[in-house]
Amino acid sequence: MTNERIDIQHLTHLARLSLTEDEKQVIGAQLDDILKYMDKLKELDVSNIEPTAHAVPLINVTRPDQVERSLPHQDALSNAPLQADGLFIVPRIIE
Amino acid sequence: MLDQLTVTGLSSLLARGETSSREITQTFLQRIEQIEPLIHAFISWDAADALRQADHADKLRATGASQADKPLLGIPIALKDIIAVRGHPLTCGSRILANFVSPYDSTVAEKLKTAGAVLFGRLNLDEFAMGSSTENSAFGPTRNPWALDRVPGGSSGGAAAAVAAGECPAALGSDTGGSIRQPAAFCGVVGLKPTYGRVSRYGLVAYASSLDQIGPITATVTDAALLLEVISGYDPRDSTSVQEPVPRYLDALREDVKGIRIGLPREYMTGILHPEVRKAIVNAMTVLEQLGAHLVEVSLPHTEYAIATYYLIAPAEASSNLARYDGVRYGLRVDGPDPVAMYSATRGAGFGPEVKRRIMLGTYALSSGYYEAYYLRAQKVRTLIRQDFLRAFELVDAMLTPVSPTPPFMLGEKSGNPLDMYLSDIFTLSCNLAGICGISVPCGFTTAPRLPIGIQFLGRPFGEETILRIAYAYEQATSWHKERPIVPCVGPDISQPGIPGTKLA
Repeated sequence: MTNERIDIQHLTHLARLSLTEDEKQVIGAQLDDILKYMDKLKELDVSNIEPTAHAVPLINVTRPDQVERSLPHQDALSNAPLQADGLFIVPRIIE
Repeated sequence: MLDQLTVTGLSSLLARGETSSREITQTFLQRIEQIEPLIHAFISWDAADALRQADHADKLRATGASQADKPLLGIPIALKDIIAVRGHPLTCGSRILANFVSPYDSTVAEKLKTAGAVLFGRLNLDEFAMGSSTENSAFGPTRNPWALDRVPGGSSGGAAAAVAAGECPAALGSDTGGSIRQPAAFCGVVGLKPTYGRVSRYGLVAYASSLDQIGPITATVTDAALLLEVISGYDPRDSTSVQEPVPRYLDALREDVKGIRIGLPREYMTGILHPEVRKAIVNAMTVLEQLGAHLVEVSLPHTEYAIATYYLIAPAEASSNLARYDGVRYGLRVDGPDPVAMYSATRGAGFGPEVKRRIMLGTYALSSGYYEAYYLRAQKVRTLIRQDFLRAFELVDAMLTPVSPTPPFMLGEKSGNPLDMYLSDIFTLSCNLAGICGISVPCGFTTAPRLPIGIQFLGRPFGEETILRIAYAYEQATSWHKERPIVPCVGPDISQPGIPGTKLA
């Protein structure tokens, strides 16, 4: 596509994101620039460094397994693009 | 002029019976009607609903309620349109949620309601909080009340502009890499990003979950302390909220900073700093020394890697979080022959350019073959950045830095070059990566044109009392926070720059 580093077609598939040909050109070129900048991180030796997923050291937060009030069925459906019989309607999945 | 008053100022008038919540709310609604066509800080507002809430607050007061038990009784507060309020629109500045109405309250909305606040208005933002200028809103940009040809900052640009222009006395924004502090600096108001885990994220639409925090945008440090106290606290519905007692933040405000050690990160006073910003920061240092603070140079050696680290981690998390917008359960749907075609078409039509860019970047950083070189490496550098801060906080109680390397830039100036826009976040995003707290307060103006400049105080995890105290002492010793922009009321001859917000009901 725009360069060797990025396979835009593959990425749009992974992201489930349809882009126009123009968008693919522009975003491809911009990603290339941005990733060149990101190469800066390769200057650092991180071989003995643990990754930080988030800044607060909390591990496996759970709550008691009790039934609690949840969003009422009708409220959960209130923004549905298409619904019937209390269900979301989607295109056919199984042939 | 009720619309020029702070939350605390309005509260004392209410307590003395000199005004009502209805009168206050009406005043702000009028102000909005007058200047919104120029500023476009709001995506929508509902006057009738706001007045109903105001009448309810007046009724509660008549039956004995007061600030003692309801600290925001009758005070109108506006929220960034990414924080859920039951029955209110929740667009996130995106076409994909243009018609979404929230079926539930965020925890902060519940807490504000319990405190007696009138929740009105949905404030403009960069789509899904991705941006530093509020130009990425699907509903048109917000303009800086100090100079209508300039950006208000972002992503909480609507919130900062509305408070600066007197369209609401206070607001809540969200901050993932500077989105509260940078617009506060650009609009000459106060913005506080709490420590990660201090405020519940339940009902805040997720952008980058390990970095997002909700916080107040206000006209004064006192109002920021008041709001922070209301919205803070452990919430079982947010598994990353922390069980840490909520102090009386208002009690932390004192007029001196004697003996407090404030660090000056050597790496932050770089050549990229605009000369007038540098001058304002240096002047602020002198003020704080005169107030008794000890200024100490510190080092944050991994500063130069913060932007690359942030712009890998945040888009990676965003690409995962935004997978939920698939046209199935809510939001826009564009039909396709099979589910995958429907998801792709919906997302292609519903997201704007910056969101698409970040989804693509995040997908790349997480994809097979690149995960270790990009995402995992960025997480490791994040550890180094966090350690820099924790080490520096062994030597100092807080740090002083610029908020943005430049004053507010022109609309359109950076929108064509995403990397250039990202580079402007250099002084704010480390705070989110390290999970610490930060506050931005006004510290001066450029000469011509006259544009606000902000200063940032960074604090230890859960060190909000210390940065509030420093910010308050500095604010009381200076007069920058007393200045308000002069926004012309719309006359028949003034062309309307933004797309005016939609008035509901």
